[in-house]
Formats: sequence, C-alpha cells, structure tokens
Amino acid sequence: MTAETLPVLTRKDFVSDQEVRWCPGCGDYSILAQTQKTMPDFGVPREKIVFISGIGCSGRLPYYMATYGFHTIHGRAPTIATGLKAARPDLMVWVITGDGDALSIGGNHVIHAMRRNVDIRLIMFNNQIYGLTKGQASPTSEIGKKTKSTPQGTVDRPIVPLSVALTAEATFVARSVDTDTAHMQETLLAAGHHRGSAFVEVLQNCVIFNDDTFAPFTAKDVREDRMLVLRHGEPLVFGKERDKGIRLDGLRPVVVELGKEWSVADLLVHDETAADPTLAYILSRLTYPDFPVPVGVLRRVQAPTHDALIEAQMAEALAKRGPGDLGKLLLAGETWTVS
Amino acid sequence: MTTQSTAEPRPQVQELDRVTIRFAGDSGDGMQLTGTQFTRTTAAFGNDIATLPDFPAEIRAPAGSLPGVSGFQISFSSNDIHTPGDAPDVLVAMNPAALRTNLADLPPGGALIVNADAFTANNLQKAGYAENPLSDGSLKDWNLFEIPISTLNARALDGLAMTSKQVDLTKNFFALGLMFWLYERSMEPTLRWIEEKFSSKPVIAEANARALKAGYAFGETTEIFHTHYRVKRASLPPGTYRNVTGNEATALGLVAAAQLAGRQMFLASYPITPASDILHQLSTYKHFGVKTFQAEDEIAAIGAAIGAAYGGSMGLTSTSGPGIALKTEAMGLAVMVELPLVVIDVQRAGPSTGMPTKVEQSDLLQLMHGRNGDAPIAIVAPATPAECFDYAIEAWRIALRYMTPVAYLSDGFLATGSEPWKVPSVADLPSIAVEGWTDRETFRPYRRDPETLARPWAVPGTPGLEHRIGGLEKADLSGNISYDPENHHRMTQLRHQKIANIANDIPDLQVYGPSRGDLLILGWGSTYGAIRSAVERLQAEGHAVAHAHLRHLNPFPRNTGEVLGAYRRVLMPEVNMGQLRLLIRARYLVDAVGLNKVRGKPYRIAEIEEAARLLLTEGAAQ
Repeated sequence: MTAETLPVLTRKDFVSDQEVRWCPGCGDYSILAQTQKTMPDFGVPREKIVFISGIGCSGRLPYYMATYGFHTIHGRAPTIATGLKAARPDLMVWVITGDGDALSIGGNHVIHAMRRNVDIRLIMFNNQIYGLTKGQASPTSEIGKKTKSTPQGTVDRPIVPLSVALTAEATFVARSVDTDTAHMQETLLAAGHHRGSAFVEVLQNCVIFNDDTFAPFTAKDVREDRMLVLRHGEPLVFGKERDKGIRLDGLRPVVVELGKEWSVADLLVHDETAADPTLAYILSRLTYPDFPVPVGVLRRVQAPTHDALIEAQMAEALAKRGPGDLGKLLLAGETWTVS
Repeated sequence: MTTQSTAEPRPQVQELDRVTIRFAGDSGDGMQLTGTQFTRTTAAFGNDIATLPDFPAEIRAPAGSLPGVSGFQISFSSNDIHTPGDAPDVLVAMNPAALRTNLADLPPGGALIVNADAFTANNLQKAGYAENPLSDGSLKDWNLFEIPISTLNARALDGLAMTSKQVDLTKNFFALGLMFWLYERSMEPTLRWIEEKFSSKPVIAEANARALKAGYAFGETTEIFHTHYRVKRASLPPGTYRNVTGNEATALGLVAAAQLAGRQMFLASYPITPASDILHQLSTYKHFGVKTFQAEDEIAAIGAAIGAAYGGSMGLTSTSGPGIALKTEAMGLAVMVELPLVVIDVQRAGPSTGMPTKVEQSDLLQLMHGRNGDAPIAIVAPATPAECFDYAIEAWRIALRYMTPVAYLSDGFLATGSEPWKVPSVADLPSIAVEGWTDRETFRPYRRDPETLARPWAVPGTPGLEHRIGGLEKADLSGNISYDPENHHRMTQLRHQKIANIANDIPDLQVYGPSRGDLLILGWGSTYGAIRSAVERLQAEGHAVAHAHLRHLNPFPRNTGEVLGAYRRVLMPEVNMGQLRLLIRARYLVDAVGLNKVRGKPYRIAEIEEAARLLLTEGAAQ
C-alpha cells in the first residue's frame, strides 16, 4: 500500500469503544486526547500501532486507543515492548507508564530499553505520587513529602527522570506538561517521528492525591517566568518579557537578566542533536524554584535501533550460511550408522 | 582373538559387557574435555553410552583443593544401558584431591589409575592427607596403578617451544590416550578434533597429539597392564546415531519446533547455570530464523518472550529454578492473556542459589502451583537426554494448539549427561503449525475453539482485529475488563478446563512390565534410567514389578489412575522431597511410597532396587 492509497485517519479513528474511567479532572484525559490527535500524523495504519502499558492509572490508556493494546504487569511494559519490537520490527510501539511503574518497580527495564535504543516511544506520566494505590510516595516525590505511607515525610531523595533517561543513553529525551496541549502534541509528534528509544516525561496533575503539585510553575499566570521552552538552535531565553536567560559559568548554569550585563549572545544555545549528552544533562538538572523548568526536546540523536541491529545479524547469518537445513543440522557432528 | 600368547608375553584381551570409567582431577586439569573426547569416540564406535559430568560451580577453585575437583563418568556397553553406572570400574585420579573425593565410589578391586607426580607434599596437604596414600598401604583394596603421568608426558613433549606450564596442561590427553589403549578405542576422532581445534596453533596441536599418542604407547609397551579390554558394539535399533546432551537435544528440538510450526522463534533468556547452553546454542541458529535476546534479568526475559508471542512469534524463555521464581508473575500474565509460551526450566539443587551445578527435581510444585490465583499451565518433562528433542517439540505443540504457557522441565543431569540419539528423519516429525486469526467478521478476542478452548491468536498487523488484552480479568468473548463475579468464576473454570482437556490429546501412560502386579515404580524426568535398570533386574528375578514414567505432568495421561490401581504398592523415587507424590496422592488417593534423595546426584540403580525390595518383602509378609 503506498502513501497515496492510505486512508486518511482522524482522531476519531483512534478512539476505542471503551468508557474512559479516570477521575474527573485527571491530567490523563489530556494526554489521551493529545495522543489520539497526533496518531494520524504518523501515517501508520491502526493495525500496525501497539500501545503497551504497565500498572498504575496510566496503564489504562491502551484500553482507550482503537489500536492494538496490551495492559501488562507492573514495571514490565518495556520488556514486553522490547520483545515485540525485536520480533516485529514493522510495528510502531508505544509504552505508556507512570513514575512508579517506570522508575521504581520497572527502573531496570527502562534503563536497558533506553541503552539498547529499542525503537519505542515511552511516555511516562509523572504525577509524583502513587495514585492507583491511593496516595503513597513515589520515586519522584519531593523529599519530605507527607503521604499515607510517609506520615512524617519521605526520607528518600527523588529521582530525576530526564537525567536517568539521558545517562541510560536514550536517543530522544523530552518533557511536556498535561495542561499545555499544543506543546504536548508537538512533543508527542517529535517522539513519534523519532527512530530509536524515545523517553517523554509528561508532568501530569493528580487531582485526588497530589493536586496542583506542578502549579507553582505551570499555572498560566506564572509559567512563562518559571518554565523554559527549549527550541533547537535557539538561545535559552524565558520570561513573560523574554528578558531572562540561562548562561553557563563553566559547567554551572546561571540565570541572567538580559539587557544589562548580559545579552542573548551570552546565553547557552540549545542543541538537541549534540552527540555529547552533557549539555542535555545540565538542562535536565534545572529545577524550580532555582531555575525555570525546561520543557521540550532535550536530546534527539540518531543511532542504529535494537531491532535493526538484530535484523542485520539475521541477514548476515543467512547470507553466510544459507537458509538453515533442519535435516543437516540434526545430523551435524559425529554420527554413526547401525544397520 | 581373546588371547595372544606367544614367546613374548602380550597383554591379554578380555571381553566385557559394560565398563564404567570416572575421570577425576582438578577443574583446571581438563577432565570435562577428556570425558567428552572419550564419549565421542566411544559413541562413534557404536557402544551404548551414558555419561555424567560432575563439576564445581566455581570457575577455578584453588588448584588442588577438594572443592576444585571435577569429574566425568561414562558408562559404555555392548547392551542397551540406561544410566552412567552406579559405581566406576576404573577411577582415573589426576591428583590427591580427586582421589580423596572419589575413592569411596570405587568398589574394592576396582582399577585405580593415579598421576603419581601430583602426589606432592603440597597437594597431599591441600587434599587433607597426613600420609601419602600411595605409600601408606591404605589403597591395598584396590588395583592401584601409579603412573608418573606428568613426567612421562613432559618427556614426550620434549623439544616443543612451550612453557612447562603449557606442557603440564596437556597431561589429561596422556591419560586419555592410555584409556583409549586400555579399552581398544581409536585415537583418530580425537586426533582429528585436535587438528581442527588448534589449526591456528600448530605447536599446541602437536603437543596434544603427542600427549595422546604417548599415553597410548605407554599402555601398549609397558607391562603394567596385563590385560586390556574389549567392549563390543551395542546392537541398537538400525538408524543413524549421534551423541547428544540434554541441553543440545533441547536446543535442536526447539529449532525443529520452529521449522515444524513455520514461525519465527524468539528466545529471550538470562544466563543461569545449567540452562545457559540452550541460549548459547540457539544464538547460532539465526539462519533458521531463530532470534535470541539476552535480557537484563529473568523478568525481562520472559517479558520479551511474551511480547514476541503477542506479535505472533514462538516466544520462549529458558532458565533454572531461581529464574522461575522471578518469572512467576509474568507466567500468570501469559495464563491470563492466553498466549503460547514455552518456559524451559533446567532444574538444579535449591532452595535459593542452592547448588547450581547439581541435579534436583524440586521445581515441579513451583511450576504447578507457584503463581497467584488459579493459574494452571501445562507441564512436560523429558526422561532422557535424547528425549529432550521430542519434548521440546511436544511443549510447542501444546503451547500453540492450546494458546497456553507450557513449562518444560529438564534438570542438571539431563542437561549435561549424554547418550546416543537415533536421529529422526525430518519427514517423520509432526506438523505443529497453527493459523493466526484473520477473519474480522467473526473475531472476538476470547472466542474459544470448541474442542481445545483456545482463543484466537490475533496478532498486531492484522487489519480490523485491533483489540486490547491485559492482566485484568476478561469478560468472556469480548475480552473487555470485567469485575462481574459470574464472569470471573466462568473464566477461571475455562482456564482450568482448557489445560485439563490436553489429557485428551496426549498418549496413555505406558507400563514396562506386567500390567498388574506387586509393585509399580512411578517416576518422572531424569530418574528414568536408574528406575528402568532396577526394574529390569527385579523382573529378571521373577518379581511382578513394573515401571511407568510420566512425561506429561499437567495434565496427567488419562489412564494414570487406572495404572496406579493395578499394583499392590507404588514406589515413587524423586530427587526432591516428594513433589510428584504429593500431586499423585492428592489426585488419585493412592498410598504411594516415596523414595527421596537430594544429594545433588542422580540415583544409583541399587538405591532404587533396595527400596523396591523392601516394599516387595513387606508385601510378601502381609
């Protein structure tokens, strides 16, 4: 089937017949809607798209997509996706996960899926809380966070998802926010068009157990001053008046005001394609309130995908040895005949 | 030609039905290689054989120490044999530690060949000998041959550009050459092997060849051995044979299954003793369309296998007991989503890390019941190394036909032990192909085949069948999430019935011996050889004793209860504390008696014979 003959799909084609059951006001609704909206853009037939999820509120998303879907077990979605993609390179595979699923119980698998450059798009809903189990601290909860399981505040330092993804060698690393639908669509599109391991963190509000946890920097009236929208090739400017920026003092990022001592020319210019992930890592460490929170694509580099490398070895073996002959294989080595 | 007695006395040739040799030495002495070479030569000569490697888990325990001893036992015969022999006739001990750890198994009068050079004060001390056993008279009950193997070997290699350490590493081939002479074996297969193996290292090749020939010549020219031995070819059924270990046969069976099913095989595995060789071997079969993936852990391995199965491949994972413990939750997922999956468990001694290189059959209940919820899976277990081939195919036949996970239980003895395998003709192998579902009009994700209760295999990429599955309970037919109590009850029953129905599709339990009698010995897995040999002996004495061996452990063959009921007593030897016995007693209300040994070693024939005699005597007294 050529591109010309492909039926043009719309968002509706990706909406399943299942009733969506997240809490009213949950940020997941927005992520689902943006996901459904971006799907037609990839030009991939519905039957070639698979959504694989783990356990947690995010895990329900595949039921609502009119594609193939597999709601698996806690933390293991990347393993199932890895096997599926290795066995079936023709499929477009998405992994839907949360902060507990991806970085607590499934941390090992995320790291390995990323370092192998498995061609999957892993969307991690980060609400900094365990929602489905009704409100315990998650690996991204801030230290001191009081929850049902940590009445005096958690003593565990939080993990930084983007930093983990970068050090795990993910070839695409990005962040977006549930409330910024346009930015989320843009980010999902970029992830969808990437070939290789894509890690997308979506800051997602849990209205029940961690409401407004991101509001101090995502609220409409403050977000331009407290968030930094990354654009490839552009200097790191932010603020309602576009009057602030980030420059590097050695390897230390510094917020500067533009117009006096510093100009745009002094600022760090974002290069998402840099082979060296050091600058991307520095960006991943910027946290509110000391810094604006970066959103957008931190890293996008090309590298051979896991499935492509496997296929290359399959082809090499076939070319070298010819198609396997079972009869010959069974009789290989030393044999003797009894008559 | 039985004797050659002329003016110059030549060694006599004595004909034997069966010989059992044990090679024992330091794990750096190359005993496994020596044993393997003797095995290949002997198998190719046409004897029936059975082998038992016994090696430590440590890659290199301190040289000369007791834990560092590695052994390889081979039994070969002109008759059909089932075990590697209860006790060796000949023990080759390359150092004092090997002597100390193995001597107890050598019956008085047995031949004891030692490398006298290794009995240094240092080595004696490491082995815990206060006195040198070669000189203190403690070995007088055995037929002792003290041979300065290291010295003789070094002399044979004189002039080669090698360090003395390199020279010493070849002494195992001197011992091998000697054994080849002693049992009239040809050196040719090993010489060929040396040539191929060391084709790029001519000096090493020359050294090994010289060592082998020197050992052979030593036997021929010295008068230490008054006799050498002949074990004629066995009269095996006609056909082409090769020697296989259980792991080799398993890997071959898996490739065959993929070809017979006409699908891509995808093995995802994490290295673990004693299962890793299956991963190693399958990773060389890419030209058969077999993909292999070394995962980051046991859970990832089964996850990837399930992912591949979801995509329409033959998803497979291989491990040992501790790995099964980690895969448990994912196996439950495979039960719930009803995808075909084969889980290979090469069992080892447990619990926990246990004794990784030692045999045990103690994962049966873990695979039978070790999942949350009522989560039945099919279980098969080959009985001999060669049978691993057939049951790898059988595991896949069941998995594909019934859309279910299947556990395949091998063990450390089957995996590393070997026997001659009559190579089947590909045309005689069964077709196990199944069709994926494509019809969108009739498609329901949990619609079931009326006979097998299997659900459709509707793989991504099939237009119009987009659907969602997962670990949450499914509504019957639609597969949508359901918390309906009646639905859960029905789905649990369906999952149970699907596995139970497999009994209609497997052969009856075969009985070796009288169909009714005083005693039935019921076994499973690698106890086969010892049980069969014990039963043969008892039958030869006229006892009404029979042997039945289960290869399908879930479900059991339909006639199992009938067989059990036809004997006054039932004896169940297992290398565990009675796991199959628990299942048999619960299912059939039969008062089966257990014989249970967990010493990391296979049963000896005599152990089973003795337990059987005890039950027969009790029976007679009643």
